[in-house]
Amino acid sequence: MTTTVSPQRAARARSRPRSPLAPYLFLLPYLLIFLSFWAWPIVSSFLMSFKDSRLGAVAPYGLSNWSRLVSDDFFGTALKNTLLILVIQVPVMLSLATALAVALNSRLLRAAGLFRFAFFAPLVVGTVAYSAVFRLLFNTDYGMVNRALHGVGLPGVDWLNQAGPAMTVLILAMTWRWTGYNAIILLAGLQGIPEDVYEAASLDGATPWQQFWRITLPLLRPSLLFCLVLSVIGTLQLFTEPALITNSGPGNATMTLGTYLYQQGFRSFNFGYASAIAYTVAALAAIFSAVQLRLFGREQ
Amino acid sequence: MTALPRDPRGQSARDRRNTALLHVILIPLALVFLAPLWMMLVFSTHPETAIFSPAPPLWFGGSFGENFRGLQADTNFLRALLNSVVIASVYTVLSMLLTSMGGFAFAKYDFRGKNVLFGIIVATLTIPAFVTIIPQFILVARDLKMSNTIQAVILPSLANTIGIFYMRQAFLTVPTDLLHAARIDGAGEFRIFWQVALPVVRPALAALAILLFLASWNDYLWPLIVLTQKDSYTMPVALGTLVGLTRVSWGGIMVGTAIATVPFLALFLALQRHFVAGIAGGAVKD
Repeated sequence: MTTTVSPQRAARARSRPRSPLAPYLFLLPYLLIFLSFWAWPIVSSFLMSFKDSRLGAVAPYGLSNWSRLVSDDFFGTALKNTLLILVIQVPVMLSLATALAVALNSRLLRAAGLFRFAFFAPLVVGTVAYSAVFRLLFNTDYGMVNRALHGVGLPGVDWLNQAGPAMTVLILAMTWRWTGYNAIILLAGLQGIPEDVYEAASLDGATPWQQFWRITLPLLRPSLLFCLVLSVIGTLQLFTEPALITNSGPGNATMTLGTYLYQQGFRSFNFGYASAIAYTVAALAAIFSAVQLRLFGREQ
Repeated sequence: MTALPRDPRGQSARDRRNTALLHVILIPLALVFLAPLWMMLVFSTHPETAIFSPAPPLWFGGSFGENFRGLQADTNFLRALLNSVVIASVYTVLSMLLTSMGGFAFAKYDFRGKNVLFGIIVATLTIPAFVTIIPQFILVARDLKMSNTIQAVILPSLANTIGIFYMRQAFLTVPTDLLHAARIDGAGEFRIFWQVALPVVRPALAALAILLFLASWNDYLWPLIVLTQKDSYTMPVALGTLVGLTRVSWGGIMVGTAIATVPFLALFLALQRHFVAGIAGGAVKD
C-alpha cells in the first residue's frame, strides 16, 4: 500500500472485484432457487388461501376458506391441541435444557463427555425412527413403560387410546428428542459468559442460586430467546409425532395444525383451504415471535 | 454452580456435597435419555415373540438377520436406503455450494441491492416452512412433473436461508487482506473463493455439512408428499408406511430405525465437536 492513500479508501479498493458482476454471479444460483422455491411460494400460498381449489379448477373465491376456518370444529380442535402442546412442552423443555446446560458446564461434573453423549445422542435420531420407538415403549400391553409401572406395583396406563395420556406421550417424546439440541445452544451461550463476572459476584457474597438468577439467566437471554423462537415455530408445525405415534388419535384428540393441514392438502387435495391453515400457522408464528422479542429481547 | 471460587488444592466439603448431588440427579436422567436408544438396538436383534414376551429382553439376541429380511420383504428397505444416501449426499454437496457462494458474496463484496436482498432473506427466517409446502408441491409435481424423482426431494430444500446466514457469518471472519493478496497475484474471483476463502472456513463448512446431511436424511413430510411409488421412497418414508399399520413387525421396524440411527451415533461420537459447532453456530447472531 502506498502511503498517500487513506486506509479507508485502500480498504474499499481492496474489497472491489475486477468485474462488478462477480457478486451477482456468486448469488445467482442461490437466488434462483430462493425465489422459485421459497419467496414465490410464500406469496402464492397467501393468494391461494382466497381461492377455491376443489374440483381441479382454481377459481376466485373470496374469503370462504377463511370463514370456513372459523366454523370448522376440526380446525378448532387442531388449533387447541397445538397451542396446548406449545404451552406445556416448550417451557418444560427449555427449563430442562437450561438446567442441563448449567450442569454440563459445571466444573464439579465428572465424565462430562459421557453425560454430553447421553443427553445429545437423541438429536441425531430421526423423527420417524423415534416415533416408532416411542410407540413401542408406550404400547399398552407390551410396552416397557407399563411394564416398569407394573414392576413398581402401579397400574398400567392405556397410553395411546386415551386423550390425556396420548398427549402426554407426544410431549414426552418431543422433550426427549429436542432437549439436548436446545442444551447445546444454551451451553454455547453459557460459555460466552466471562468467568470473572461470577468471581466478582462471589467475592460480593452472592450464593450460587443468586448468581444463577442474577447473572446466568439475564446473560443467557439472547440464547434462550433463540431457542424459544425456534421451538415455538417448530411446535406450530408439528406433524411427524402426532402422525406416527398417536395417528392424531384417539379420535382427533392429538390432531395438530400440521396433521390437519396434511389431511386437507394431501388427502382431500383442498389446496385453498390447506393454504388458509398454513397461513394461520404463519400468522401464529409471527405473533409469537413478535411477543417473544418484545418480552425477552431487550432493545436490540 | 459454575460460579464457586476455584480452589487449586482440591474440593471443599461443600463442593464434594454438590458434586455428589449433581451426579445423583444426572445419572438417572442420563439413563432415561439413553433408554429408548438402547431398547431400539436390543429389540432389533430379537424376534417379535421375545419383544412381546412377559420378560422383554435387555440384552442383544440373534435375530437381527431374520428381522432385516422381514423388513426388506415388507419395504424394499435396501432400495430406500440407497435413495436416502443418494438424496442426502447430492443435497448436502449442492446446498453447501449454493450457500457458501451466496454467503461469500454477502460477506465479502459491496454491491447494489446487497442490503435489500439480505434483508429479505433474513426476514423470511422466521416463516414456517409449512407455509410454502402446497405451492412447492404444485410447482414440483404438477408444473415440473417431477413426482417420484430425486430432484423433487432436493430442489425446494436447497432454498436454505439458515445456511446462507451461517456461511455469511463464517466468511466474515476471513481477512479481506488475504483475498486482496490473491487478487494482486492475478487470481479470478471464483478462484479466490474456491482456493483462498473456502479452505479458511473449512471447520464451519464441515459443521454445516453434517447438519445438512442429517436434516435431509431424517426429513419425512416433504418426501412423503412427493414420493408416491415404493421404489422411490426414502428410508423415513419406507419406515413410516410400516409404523402406521395395525399389524406391525416391530423387530423389522427396530432394525430400520437402528440402521437409520446408528451410523450417526457413531459419527456423533467421533465428530461431536463439529455437531456442536454447527448447532451452536446457528445461534450466533450479529
